[in-house]
Amino acid sequence: MIGEFIYLDNAAATRLDERVLEAMKPYFLETYAVATSQFGYSPGIEAKDALDAARATIAGVLGAESEEFIFTSGSTESSNMALKGVAMALGEKKGKHIITSKIEDFPVLHSARALEKQGFRVTYLDVDEYGRVNLDQLRETITPETILVSIQAANQEIGTLQDVAAIGAICREHGVLFHTDATHSFLRVPLDMREVPVDLVTVTAHLIHGPKGIGGLYVRKGTPLAKWMDGGFQEINLRAGEENIPGAIGFAKAVELVTPEETARLQNMRDRLIERLLQIPHSRLNGHPTLRLPHNTNISFRFVEGESILLHLDMRGFAVSTGSACFSRSLEASHVILGIGGNHERAHGSVRFTFGRFNKPEDVDAVAEAIAEVIENLRAISPLGKE
Amino acid sequence: MPLPYSETVMEHFRHPRNVGRIDDPDAKAVEGSPACGDMVAVYLKVDPGDQRITDIKFESYGCASNIATGSIITELAKGKTLEEAKQITWKEASEALGGLPPIKTHCSVLAVDGLRAAIQNYEERHGLVKERVPTTVEVVNKRLKHVMNPMTGLDVVRTKLVKEVEISGGTVRVVIDLPADHQFAANIREEITDKIEPLWDVDRVIVEFTE
Repeated sequence: MIGEFIYLDNAAATRLDERVLEAMKPYFLETYAVATSQFGYSPGIEAKDALDAARATIAGVLGAESEEFIFTSGSTESSNMALKGVAMALGEKKGKHIITSKIEDFPVLHSARALEKQGFRVTYLDVDEYGRVNLDQLRETITPETILVSIQAANQEIGTLQDVAAIGAICREHGVLFHTDATHSFLRVPLDMREVPVDLVTVTAHLIHGPKGIGGLYVRKGTPLAKWMDGGFQEINLRAGEENIPGAIGFAKAVELVTPEETARLQNMRDRLIERLLQIPHSRLNGHPTLRLPHNTNISFRFVEGESILLHLDMRGFAVSTGSACFSRSLEASHVILGIGGNHERAHGSVRFTFGRFNKPEDVDAVAEAIAEVIENLRAISPLGKE
Repeated sequence: MPLPYSETVMEHFRHPRNVGRIDDPDAKAVEGSPACGDMVAVYLKVDPGDQRITDIKFESYGCASNIATGSIITELAKGKTLEEAKQITWKEASEALGGLPPIKTHCSVLAVDGLRAAIQNYEERHGLVKERVPTTVEVVNKRLKHVMNPMTGLDVVRTKLVKEVEISGGTVRVVIDLPADHQFAANIREEITDKIEPLWDVDRVIVEFTE
């Protein structure tokens, strides 16, 4: 059905690259054995070797050692594992205080809430109008009981980048573990474990044209983390369960295919779209103008509501996303837009466009024209914004 | 396309009927607010003789179900007397649209409320209203019947979510039988406040949850 359809929701899911699919196929049909120890039968050893190679590839782009990278089912699991794993490992030993921000994505936010119910204290840091956390507030909030700081590398909705290096340095200085959710910035914004003092990093395959259902957690050597899934001894004995080998192979292939040139191309599209959309009256950019994901455009249009915009664009063959309450499963307006000081109206009228490998430069003009018309039509029937 | 909306809803969303303003209306009303995410304005022209709605228009800031319901209620109300139009229920509007997803009920109820408020506005302007009655538990419960339980699409009274209503000196306290961190808790609180606060003798609305 997605033929002429212009897909601009690459922060939600991306189309699998055919080369990734081809790389995965043999691991469904031929090398389907369970990864065994070196004393097992040969297909199992072959599977094990392939898994090791995939792990080395992904660890490599993170500037990490192979044994510091754990495969998971995706970023939701990775972030759950980071927060709850540290809480279980250090809660009794060191303290029960965790610091995060108000605009984290739900895996971090809801893991933190779940820990609060178990007696942990959580500080949710404020962010400024662009979505950047206040480093002074972070410094002041750390106590001897603080065991973990979890601040995202980039925001899922407004694309704002955090100063991960500076946050990491503060955490180091205070001897506190630092987790960053890099789901949306992985390979699009540089992050090297040899340079940045971060202990746990959430990444995923499905936003870089890899398969769904596979992600990972970087765990710096020596980081205390409780066993997450009981069973066998897989994934450095932290996460039991037979490995998703086709997924791991696909993840590694997807990693290999991302290039800086491609990211630059996405950034060009982003910048042109921002420029075009800000020409529409009563529109404003959400997030930071420059410190933002290279493929994310997020604009609020006044006097109109996001679900209506989304449906009209859908009818015209475009897929986008919105922070409107009407669109969310909880009927709540985007906590990110509210977190950066926006009101409900700004959240309801916010639209996110995210580019990916299969977008073409002409998609920018096509969606810009379509949305200008849709906004005009919806404003014509809106009781707001007239005289 | 597997949209949650019926063909009729989408048709009215694409081509809403009776949309716009009446410059010199005999009555008008605005329900909802930009903060709650949906807002409807309804404008009426009424024949003073037989009190028939000769013209009706609406404007909407809202989602598809809000726009579609605004459109259908104007069609249902046009040509009816005020007394007849008052009887138009959300259920009728929803049926005329071929059904609405339960989670979207509140946005569509708003449009029906908009029509009723416009009629009330006409009655107030033309001296047709009876005395103001003080707010009682009964009055509050009646209003709560317009607050939808997004889990079922039925109102919070019918689905037994209202555990307690207490009124003392301008403060209305409503206890909802849900945990405070429930998926829809914030939404339900907001809806209840929006419905109860406008009552003439209410200063403050407190919504509490059971756990």
